[in-house]
Amino acid sequence: MNKIRQWSVTHSRKLEGLYHNFEPLLMKLHPLFKKLGYGRLEKPVRVVEKAIKGLMFDCQMCGKCALGSTGMSCPMNCPKSIRNGPCGGVRLNGNCEIKPEMRCVWVEAWRGSQQMRDTAAIQQVQIPVNHLLKDSSSWLRVVREDFAARDNEAAQ
Amino acid sequence: MSTSTHNPGSPLPQLEGHSSTGRLERVLRSGQFAVTAELAPPDSALAEDVYERARLFDGYVDGMNATDGSGAHCHMSSVAMCALLTNIGYSPVLQISCRDKNRIAIQGDVLGAAAMGVSNVLCLSGDGVQVGDHPEAKPVFDLDSMSLLETIRIMRDESRFLSGRPITTPPQMFIGGAENPSAPPFDYRPHRLAKKIAAGAQFIQTQYVFDIEHLRVFMAKSRDLGLLEQCFIIPGVGPLASARTALWIRNNVPGIHIPDTIIKRLETAKEPKQEGRKICVELIQQIREIEGVSGVHVMAYRQEEAVGEIIQQSGVLDGRVPWYPGCELQSNSA
Repeated sequence: MNKIRQWSVTHSRKLEGLYHNFEPLLMKLHPLFKKLGYGRLEKPVRVVEKAIKGLMFDCQMCGKCALGSTGMSCPMNCPKSIRNGPCGGVRLNGNCEIKPEMRCVWVEAWRGSQQMRDTAAIQQVQIPVNHLLKDSSSWLRVVREDFAARDNEAAQ
Repeated sequence: MSTSTHNPGSPLPQLEGHSSTGRLERVLRSGQFAVTAELAPPDSALAEDVYERARLFDGYVDGMNATDGSGAHCHMSSVAMCALLTNIGYSPVLQISCRDKNRIAIQGDVLGAAAMGVSNVLCLSGDGVQVGDHPEAKPVFDLDSMSLLETIRIMRDESRFLSGRPITTPPQMFIGGAENPSAPPFDYRPHRLAKKIAAGAQFIQTQYVFDIEHLRVFMAKSRDLGLLEQCFIIPGVGPLASARTALWIRNNVPGIHIPDTIIKRLETAKEPKQEGRKICVELIQQIREIEGVSGVHVMAYRQEEAVGEIIQQSGVLDGRVPWYPGCELQSNSA
């Protein structure tokens, strides 16, 4: 899995572009999602999302995807689950202090982030993980929250 | 402790523009070269054990860090040590590691510590449980060092918990973080410092610096980013007991980089322990010459009795005697 994960970081810019095309597609599906019910869709979408992102990023389904600001290196693979890394224990070869055979996910994040459109996105302080969101679909949340915000705006 | 007019444990007045009432912030903001030291917590339930260790630093340090389960080993808690030390007027630095407590426990500790008069806090992610004496323990890591900084800043400046619930009297803390100029990715470290400052860091105590070049590069880049006006940088140093110890640390403690030149010096020295202290003194003197450095943090693990001598020989205090319990009596009788 480590190899694929590193490939994803190496191709962070391309994957970012891919997602930028994918997100509008998700948005277009909002009426359909709404009709079928977000609650009912949660499970099948989660399975698909987990399969794809699990393969590409070793995604842990934290429910609040940060890949866009972490150079496509999933921070939940950090043994200390650090969302704002790297810690001070990174080995001189760039590997993890706790898993010496693993590349530090934040060394990778720095590498990947510098290839992306907004190289400063990694500087954004990530708030603590909301553990209530674990194992829920980040994709559905993005759409649902976006439309909820639009509805809010319209209501005002 | 028989002063009838003033209890040294009472908080000092908070000065204009200061976040805390503490002595460490006062020293740093006045532009003096600050000295802090790491206080090893006892494996006992005896308060005197804490005081005995603290007394070793009397007259040499402006603050002492009470470690929080350092190296993932179990010891007396940092909050309790800080409370004991604050009681008699010391200016301890509360260390909080994210490894052992979740956001509910941490925020409670911050309020409790501040209520007992603790003025300084150092936010750390913490070592993994694997390196400690309870490797079978559950690692918590609910927050990380960055979100911990932000949490305490929010509690202090916005008088609320992370949940949004209001805090009636906020904790007046001087907030610090850690950084390691000797760990990859080297080019990201100064940017990470910027991120820590944005999250709330007002001072930084670094991991051991043995490779002065790493620190020079880190400081130069941080200066270019305009960070040194926003944050006090206190590099960490410590004496190495022998070449064997140095090699063991280099091979087993991730994040501590010891150059070959230092190991060679220890190897060829007649008295390695003395040589280790001499190297530490030299490092402090070199660190002091680097523009933008605000002090030095001495971590003399198992050599705490040498801290006074090291500080004295380095000459960084310029004859200044940091406050300690009873120092007024000393100067009166002198």
